[in-house]
Amino acid sequence: MRKLGSIAAIGVAVLVVALAAWTRQPAASAQGAATVTGKVKFTGAKPTNPPIDMSEEPKCKAKYTTTPTKETVVVNPNGTLANVFVYVKSGLPASAKYEAPKTGVVIDQDGCHYRPHVLGVMVGQPLEIKNSDGILHNIKAKGVKNRPFNISQPTTMTSTRTFSAPEVMVPLECNVHGWMQAYLGVLPHPFYAVTGADGSFTIKGLPPGTYTIEAWHEKYGTQTATVTVAGTESKTQDFTFAAK
Amino acid sequence: MTTVAATSHVAHAHHDDRSFVRKYIFSTDHKIIGIQFLFVSLFFLLVGGLLAMQMRWQLGFPGKPMPGGGILPDTMAPGGVLLPEYYIQLVTMHGTFMVFFAIMPLLVGVYANFLIPLKIGAHDMAFPRINMASFWSALLAGLIMLAGFFVPDGAPRAGWTSYAPLSARPDLSGASYGQMLWCVSLVFLGLSSILGSLNYITTIINNRAPGMTWFRMPLSVWALFITAILGLLALPVLSGAVIMLLFDQTIGTHFFDPVVGGQALLWQHLFWFFGHPEVYILILPAMGMVSDIIANGSRKPIFGYHSMVFAIVAIAFLGWLVWGHHMFMSGMNPTLGSSFMVSTLIIAVPSAIKTFNWMGTMWRGNLRFHVPMLNAVAFVAMFVIGGLSGIFMAATPVDMFIHDTYFIVAHLHYVLFGGSLFALFGAITYWYPKMFGKLMSERWGKVHFWLTFVLYNLVFFPMHTLGMAGHMRRIYDPTQYEFLKPYQPLNEFISISAFALFAVQAIFALNFILSLKWGKRAPQNPWEDNGLEWSLPAPAPHGNWETVPTVYRGPYEFSSPEVPEDYLPQYRKLPTDREPARAPVAGH
Amino acid sequence: MHWWLPLQGSTFAGEIDGLFLAITIITGIAFVIVEAGLLWFVVKYRGRPGRKAYYTHGSTRAEVIWTAIPAVTMVALGLISNHYWVKIKGRNSVPPNAYPIAIHAKQFEWQVTYPGPDGQLGTADDFEVRNQLHVPVGRPVVVHLTAEDVIHSFFVPVFRVKQDAVPGMNINVWFQATVPGTYELGCAELCGLGHYRMRAQVFVHTQEEFDAWMKQAAKGGATS
Repeated sequence: MRKLGSIAAIGVAVLVVALAAWTRQPAASAQGAATVTGKVKFTGAKPTNPPIDMSEEPKCKAKYTTTPTKETVVVNPNGTLANVFVYVKSGLPASAKYEAPKTGVVIDQDGCHYRPHVLGVMVGQPLEIKNSDGILHNIKAKGVKNRPFNISQPTTMTSTRTFSAPEVMVPLECNVHGWMQAYLGVLPHPFYAVTGADGSFTIKGLPPGTYTIEAWHEKYGTQTATVTVAGTESKTQDFTFAAK
Repeated sequence: MTTVAATSHVAHAHHDDRSFVRKYIFSTDHKIIGIQFLFVSLFFLLVGGLLAMQMRWQLGFPGKPMPGGGILPDTMAPGGVLLPEYYIQLVTMHGTFMVFFAIMPLLVGVYANFLIPLKIGAHDMAFPRINMASFWSALLAGLIMLAGFFVPDGAPRAGWTSYAPLSARPDLSGASYGQMLWCVSLVFLGLSSILGSLNYITTIINNRAPGMTWFRMPLSVWALFITAILGLLALPVLSGAVIMLLFDQTIGTHFFDPVVGGQALLWQHLFWFFGHPEVYILILPAMGMVSDIIANGSRKPIFGYHSMVFAIVAIAFLGWLVWGHHMFMSGMNPTLGSSFMVSTLIIAVPSAIKTFNWMGTMWRGNLRFHVPMLNAVAFVAMFVIGGLSGIFMAATPVDMFIHDTYFIVAHLHYVLFGGSLFALFGAITYWYPKMFGKLMSERWGKVHFWLTFVLYNLVFFPMHTLGMAGHMRRIYDPTQYEFLKPYQPLNEFISISAFALFAVQAIFALNFILSLKWGKRAPQNPWEDNGLEWSLPAPAPHGNWETVPTVYRGPYEFSSPEVPEDYLPQYRKLPTDREPARAPVAGH
Repeated sequence: MHWWLPLQGSTFAGEIDGLFLAITIITGIAFVIVEAGLLWFVVKYRGRPGRKAYYTHGSTRAEVIWTAIPAVTMVALGLISNHYWVKIKGRNSVPPNAYPIAIHAKQFEWQVTYPGPDGQLGTADDFEVRNQLHVPVGRPVVVHLTAEDVIHSFFVPVFRVKQDAVPGMNINVWFQATVPGTYELGCAELCGLGHYRMRAQVFVHTQEEFDAWMKQAAKGGATS
């Protein structure tokens, strides 16, 4: 009789927990309307990027009219820094869940260069790795939180991979062409941007709150700033990296 | 020499009340275990062949979609075009399956188990339950290896030789679980081999019938005996090495990683210290069975029986002293290169002795070209080519050029296919009647033989030319090199011949399978041979004999002047024969 | 399609090819004896009704002969080969004034470091080029071979030179090029998925061409 009683108690407890989970309220809406925007400035002497000798890969060399260079530090004509990954490091509501878009982010191997050089993708969102060169490239993703992988693309083709954990940044490299390098930021939310030719970034759709925004550069490291937004307002937050 | 008294589980030849499961699945009968090994190993031989066909597609037609490639997942062959990482998985698994799960178990697992008790006059092996464990361990090992294709990141891809650090570092090879499973599988295979060796050695030493002295044993048994000793001593080295590699892969040791004080070359020394005796394990039983078949086919005693035994022992002994010839270019001390060169050149001599003795056996014989004899003579002809090409690589300055080229691939296939596999085609046909009570088709056996012989040479002989050109091994696309582009037509020719060669094996497979049911009923001694096994009905019953036969002479008394027939079995008593000192005991 | 060995592009290519030819002749003789013998026996001794085979267990004299002749041949071959082995790969085989180049093998490229105009490795004017080996003709060159990650193998077919590059080891391998031209270098040890593409170009220059190239390359022409 006693045994039956304890079994019944456990059974009821299980039922209650199951019911609670089933009827749990959905997460608070994670989408907002605020914006953080800004520029990443660069001060100091503009460094020269080392040239790349592509003689061993004539098909790639032929795609250039001037000698290609590495993209370690790309300073725009207006004194801003390109290829800076700017993202929301913390501050989003804990229960916020963002669904990864079904459409993928494309990274292309073109002229033995990764285009783009720095990019972002959401957890679970497909990364479409394209080989426009038609010659052998391999893509080695040296993730730490994400399982590393190394796949080859001997010809024009596209391979798709997804990432399961947030990680800033996952380095990508080609071992056949040792100069090829890219950086991939994997985030659980869509609030990130990469600075381009004008050095600016815009992060839209933030719910009201106080956020830590981080700017990451492959050579100059990271900088953070705190920004508070509410409603539909747009706040400006600049970063400045100095030449070392 | 005392005989271990047969225990109570034997001498049941007159009543067999085992269940179906005990009779055919979890059987301790050496003959059933041998047949189990046969079916499983022929399956893995097929797997190895399928892997090779894919390799040959890529080599003959680089970058073109493979017919049927659509069934492969995108991680292996998107759109049917093989990826480089899949290609090296094929290379690795082809070698691994063929060496460990096809040739080795076919020669040893099948024929050591099936033939030894029959040919020495024993009821069964000394340790029948350990024997059963040996089979199930091998099967488990094979399944674990096969699982490598289905785990995340795919199959192992560091070659069948699994050199470290590539095999120890998933971040460098791209294979994680697969590479670990390679190690785990070989631990179980090593166990199987060691358990088997224990049985074969003990049984041969202790359980020979009265009159079966050491020098009346057939050469097949001598070869299996010496092979068993090689296995017992070599497989533990492999087991140790793969466990060390597994630890490097999993628990953070660095035996083979120089970054933290390990040594990359240590793996090679351990692997090849096992690996060279292993290749003699892969050839000696074949040589032994070929001796039996050639004597039978020539209707003559084996020429130089004692020299043949000596040669087997010499090959096995010297086989321990040559492992560095796989490492001439490895960076090991060049003085070792000199010493290993000498030992390697010397080991050519006992093989030469054996070749001349086989020829001597055929000389002035009365040759019968039954299917086993055709295959056995082809063995001699092809093994010689493989052995002679070995002399090129033994000479270290020449090896500097041909190491890791297709010259080596040609050599190893001449000894393993031209040698061991032809011997197996012969052996399977020869002992099929004793296993299954039926005969395989003689006509289709001959068709299979001739087609295989011609196509096989068309596939592998041109590889010598590729090697001489400097064509490296294990490369996914030879056309990446300007100096290899002119040889692409040869690669294409080899590939097409290989597809034909593979297709022709269907004849053997069908002959084997269909004869099980529809083959001619086998007489007791279809080849008119002298061995003890031919005194038994076909198929041989459980426990073999009620009373083991008495042996009166050696195994190769063909065309003896003592009798009008051209064969004289070991167990047949002539009026002039004396009983041996040890008399047979009733029930034993 | 060339049926024999490639162009002899180094001083020891001729020696190695000579040894190869000698072995071809020796093994060729053995091959003919065995295969022709087998063919002859297969025809001459094929079974005929009423015939009986010749009942013999062997001949000690035959055993001695066909043991001694191969043994003597193998020992002779070993002595001759060892002479060349020591000359090419021996511990003291590197010629004293050999031109030094460092090659670091890595998945999947060859990083070649040149000593620069001062001719010494390890000084400030050293520079690195990827996948290009430039050497002067007629001078011994010694490559200091290292590996970054896994075992690779430095193989130049026309030089007949091959040496595994092993992580944790620095191995000296020397050669002397004899024929100016452009050749290829391949990796000859499975090193991963890019193994088949791990190639480099080998440029054998006249001394003048080499000096001119060296001047231009050291100045910071594209490297990396």
